[in-house]
Amino acid sequence: MTAFTEDQIERYSRHIILPEVGGKGQRKLLAAKVLLVGAGGLGSPAGLYLAAAGVGTIGVVDSDAVELSNLQRQVLHATADLGRPKCLSAKEAMEGINPDVRVIAHDQRLTAQNILDIIADYDIVLDGSDNFPTRYLVNDACVMAGKPLSHGSILRFEGQATTILPGQGPCYRCIYPEPPPPGAIPSCQEAGVLGVTAGIVGLIQATEAVKMILGLGGLLAGRLLLYNGLNMTFRELRVRRRDDCAVCSEHPTITELIDYEEFCGLRA
Amino acid sequence: MATPDADKTIDLRGTRCPLNWVKTKLRLEEMQPGKVLEVVVDDGGPARNVPRSVEAEGHRVLALTNGSGGVHIFIERQ
Repeated sequence: MTAFTEDQIERYSRHIILPEVGGKGQRKLLAAKVLLVGAGGLGSPAGLYLAAAGVGTIGVVDSDAVELSNLQRQVLHATADLGRPKCLSAKEAMEGINPDVRVIAHDQRLTAQNILDIIADYDIVLDGSDNFPTRYLVNDACVMAGKPLSHGSILRFEGQATTILPGQGPCYRCIYPEPPPPGAIPSCQEAGVLGVTAGIVGLIQATEAVKMILGLGGLLAGRLLLYNGLNMTFRELRVRRRDDCAVCSEHPTITELIDYEEFCGLRA
Repeated sequence: MATPDADKTIDLRGTRCPLNWVKTKLRLEEMQPGKVLEVVVDDGGPARNVPRSVEAEGHRVLALTNGSGGVHIFIERQ
């Protein structure tokens, strides 16, 4: 057990003071590895707080460059980052907050071919993707690999979040068995999103990740949390594992990962 | 009052609140239950706050004594 430095004792003092965390919990955070799928609206607030919390290894998968229209909500990136790879500006922002954090930039798109190799190095996956092909790919891969997954998604003034503990609780396909047909559900690009919505939902996901690392509290496993920012309401739906879930049931029909965009022509 | 025998002592004079408690807590985490930690803190706020935090966390304050330039807190780790 390595001793904390003086700086670490001071930096993490508000964590250490918590009876539920202490030095023991802070060491767990420093040893933890969390993968952010996307450094966008959800990944940004989650990444900032996970870095500040001292999550020792944070991976970021994103192949996009920073665009002006991102900056209304993607708080990892600054105006000076326009045109730069998001995973690099994300890395600089997170490492700038906390030198204890090592950020691994994965400047690529997740595919059926690479996802299992990428998630293998992490303890927890936080899905902040903005499209259905990636969301289903991440769910299926996490189920197959037995990785805990925090799901979040947002549109307009609303968002939802749930926590997937493969083998223990329902997965995303238990809730939504198949991706919607292309075009059936608009993206933020088409329908807009109130920027702060990303902060709320991304930080619910970060809270779940921190609790999983610390082994604390009640997770959103088996519960789908629905947030409406316009009316400022939180509702939750109980969700169960489906006996006939295509990926997480005893007899799955999906045993190989699917790249839906090739399959049904849906473009992220 | 006889002071208890301490298994470990840390001098936290000059360390402000709440860092003195944070350092005390970290030291207690490394010790086995039943062991006694002696912490020396500044009189005033620290001498009031640290024992309160120690007890809130479930440890026992065995004795508080005024010594050379500070207050000695004897804590039994629970």
